[in-house]
Amino acid sequence: MLGAMLHEAWRAMGANRLRTLLTMLGMVIGVSAVVLMMAIGQGAQYTVAQTINSMGSNIFVVLSGFTATGGVRTGSGNAPTLTVADANAIAELDGVDTVAPVHFGSVQMVYGPNNWNAWVQGSTPSYLDARSWPIAEGAAFTDSDVRAATRVALIGRTAAENLFGDEDPVGKTFRIGQAPFTVLGVLGSKGQNLEGRDQDDLVVMPITTAQRRVFGTPFPGSVRQILVKASSAEAMPAVEKAMEALLRQRHRLREGVDNDFTLRNLTAVADTAAETTRVMSMLLGAIASVSLLVGGIGIMNIMLVSVTERTREIGIRMAIGARERDILAQFLLEAIIISVIGCAIGLCLGVGGALLANQLAKMTVVISGGSVLTAFGVAAGVGIFFGFYPARKAARLDPIEALRYQ
Amino acid sequence: MDDFVIRVEKLFKAYDTPAGPFPVLKDVNLSIRVNEFVAIMGPSGSGKSTFMNILGCLDRPSEGHYYLAGSDVARLGKDATATLRNRTLGFVFQGFNLLPRMSLADNVALPLIYSGVDHAERRVRAQEMLDKVGLGRYAESLPSRISGGQQQRVAIARALVNRPRLILADEPTGNLDSHTSEEIMSVFDGLNAEGITIVLVTHESDIAAHAKRQIRFLDGRIVHDAPTVPGFMPAESPSC
Repeated sequence: MLGAMLHEAWRAMGANRLRTLLTMLGMVIGVSAVVLMMAIGQGAQYTVAQTINSMGSNIFVVLSGFTATGGVRTGSGNAPTLTVADANAIAELDGVDTVAPVHFGSVQMVYGPNNWNAWVQGSTPSYLDARSWPIAEGAAFTDSDVRAATRVALIGRTAAENLFGDEDPVGKTFRIGQAPFTVLGVLGSKGQNLEGRDQDDLVVMPITTAQRRVFGTPFPGSVRQILVKASSAEAMPAVEKAMEALLRQRHRLREGVDNDFTLRNLTAVADTAAETTRVMSMLLGAIASVSLLVGGIGIMNIMLVSVTERTREIGIRMAIGARERDILAQFLLEAIIISVIGCAIGLCLGVGGALLANQLAKMTVVISGGSVLTAFGVAAGVGIFFGFYPARKAARLDPIEALRYQ
Repeated sequence: MDDFVIRVEKLFKAYDTPAGPFPVLKDVNLSIRVNEFVAIMGPSGSGKSTFMNILGCLDRPSEGHYYLAGSDVARLGKDATATLRNRTLGFVFQGFNLLPRMSLADNVALPLIYSGVDHAERRVRAQEMLDKVGLGRYAESLPSRISGGQQQRVAIARALVNRPRLILADEPTGNLDSHTSEEIMSVFDGLNAEGITIVLVTHESDIAAHAKRQIRFLDGRIVHDAPTVPGFMPAESPSC
């Protein structure tokens, strides 16, 4: 029965090839647009998710305040208001997982004939933990390195490539000014952050080393930043409040006096970025869906024309014993075949287009089995949905009326 | 089992028009036994085609009963009447009504699709029927490639393919010349001889003369119902 009906649907479609192809084209364009847009949207989401992961999760940054001298204000992070002691106090708070005081700046490094200006992050071993930053080669420095302010460093990929070229940096010694520093390890690659800065172009060293031997701060124990990692996303609001209260208390700020530090919730920033891309990819999908809808309406239109044209045929079929459901199934099957074939072609074009975008425009695309299955399901659904009304119209025809139709 | 193939009791049919219901059939009563060969005659507008459509389960009476092979058609659902059209009766139209894009074999096999017969058997039975009407060698031709008389023979083959006990033919020779008409009528004669009940509508008295019983409609009523008298032509018949 199904075989015979498929055969008949095929013949009916073949009788008006151009029209069938044009109808199919509507589906092809709709499905390929949806697949392509979903691939690009998911690619963007994937990229953002990667970036966010590279930042570390549930992270706060506490920046020290600014100085104002003769009306010139220096900007956050320049006044020596935060100390290592503040960091240690924060570490005692409930819901705080890891705390890493950071003292940073940029320095010129020299190795043999090469020199390179990189960002130096002076911190404690917990820095790597807070930022979920793995070591690719070698080993991290330890708390005893921090206590002794030894001249050791971990080097980021980009900095390593620029300073050491093809050589393996582990165990090598580079100079900052006249002081030699030993490379203990190479950090894993993290790529760009949300602002587009290369996170791998840096050197991490014990905070004491950075304070005393590199930057020589006049305020011993002061840090420019404290990284705080909360134990969970749920704990973040409470941790934020507790931290602010603690720091105000430690800094002896009276009520009504502004904070001499800035608290930043990096996760919130990341969430915003993720939300933005999510909305963008939804928008892309929605726009593409419109073309799928138009394709579906095209099917409905052609099926209605076909039912009218074939009214007499429907009458004949009814007169020789076709039931309503036979006629319904026949026309529905045609609509479904058109949409499924259109979908298959559209799928190929969409995936091809996505791969092309990946090759030519270096765009990150994600083609998931889920999106392919969804596209197929939607196409069959469109066929059934838009084919149903014309098919039902055909099935409900009065045999006598249909037979008289010229 | 009832030996009446068709039993019609107090049948009324009216069409709804803007000016109110328009009666077409008024109190028609008729019984047709197995293996009868009945010709229904009458002028245009006498209701004979409407009556035929009701007999063919294509149309429904407004009032009254129609028993086809014992079942009251008016009480049956749409699917059940479709099944009656498919298996119990075969309908032959004036305009042949073959599907133009299908081969003759596919046209003949079409009713079998709706009764769920598998592909191989459909082929065999369609070929068998085409052979029976003498068109076996044109099985793969399209209807447009053969003459009107041949098309009507294909239509008869299609009506026969599901082995119905009743053939209804609505002016089967209306579009054919007299020679071809005779050929078609001899097919009907043969079928009747095999035991199939035949009811046909015609204008032409020489066609009606093939039947064993003649019924005449006038203004929605049966005005004449008698066995065919050889050589006798009812006075009201239009001359051709």
